[in-house]
Amino acid sequence: MEERLWDYIDGLSSPVERSAIDGLIAANMEWQRKYRELLQVHQLMNGSELDAPSLRFTKNVMEEIARAHVAPATKNYINKNIIHAIAGFFLTMITGFLVYCLGQFKWSGHSSSNLVEHYNIKTNLNAEIEKFNWGKVFNSAYTNIFLLVTVVLGLMLLDMYLQRKRQENRQKEINP
Amino acid sequence: MSNSGLTDTEIINRILQGEAAIFAQIVERYQNFVFTLVLRFTDNREDAEEIAQDVFVKAYRSLADFRGESKFSTWLYTVVRTSCLTFLRKKRLDTTSIDNERTFLQLENQQSGFRADTIETKSRHAMVNEAIRLLSPDDSQLITLFYKGEQSLEEIGRIMGLESNTVKVKLHRARHRLKEKMEKYFSHEVRELQG
Repeated sequence: MEERLWDYIDGLSSPVERSAIDGLIAANMEWQRKYRELLQVHQLMNGSELDAPSLRFTKNVMEEIARAHVAPATKNYINKNIIHAIAGFFLTMITGFLVYCLGQFKWSGHSSSNLVEHYNIKTNLNAEIEKFNWGKVFNSAYTNIFLLVTVVLGLMLLDMYLQRKRQENRQKEINP
Repeated sequence: MSNSGLTDTEIINRILQGEAAIFAQIVERYQNFVFTLVLRFTDNREDAEEIAQDVFVKAYRSLADFRGESKFSTWLYTVVRTSCLTFLRKKRLDTTSIDNERTFLQLENQQSGFRADTIETKSRHAMVNEAIRLLSPDDSQLITLFYKGEQSLEEIGRIMGLESNTVKVKLHRARHRLKEKMEKYFSHEVRELQG
């Protein structure tokens, strides 16, 4: 009963529940008594006063903050040049990795304008690709760790970029 | 609460642009509430003022990190709660038992300090405030946030790190305990109010 009455007093009851409780309060002495009791407590708490600090409080706070400074937003702690350097490093690593993988293929072929020769070169190339052991590259622990770190860093960079965009949009809304 | 036409967000933006002095408006706007909330944890005015001061300084330093995803008041009250919990851990204060005889006697002494011609409203406020102080810090903070902090159940949940349904249940229980304390220690005043 108390829980329902508190929801009623706080305005959290649904319209159906509200009218049901209205009926109960009107018809039932027990509900009526309890409702008056809880309403009184509610009104007392609504009417309670806040304590106030000393009169010098604001002055004390302002003296204290005169010595402090607003810390820049966390995003500004990060030097963008460092982020670019890290991104550049990993792009270089990835490119180097790709170059290394492609370098494993035997690209030798005869220089000929003959179409048949050209077709044979292509077929040889495909065969070489099929022979290449991709498992050796992608099952290596180092490769997996490298890929994981790259993905995590990529996601972090994306998050930072989106966060910055959201801040800028919010600033534009406040200061059109 | 507001003492100027500016909203909290507008004041914060101006502070971030270099107008530090305008932070005084934020302090004046929220000082009573922050102080009251802190007093629920310490029950000592000197400590409460020191902690409340520290709360505002921390809030000032961290203003740039306020993202505006919640109301400023909700964010500030989270700083209050964190500061109070840190203080309690440092000082290892005991939460005085709400049935402690000594606490009741202290209240009796305070109550007898009221003059006979104190207006009925002031007596009622004093009784309610004293009864709230008898509750545990969590209960008293919850009641203060709900009735005086203009915070919804969801916002209170965010401040206290709870689901809104849990906040609702805890609020009901806190009010029930408050009612019991008022009936136990202030039965005379409660009867007068009931008429």
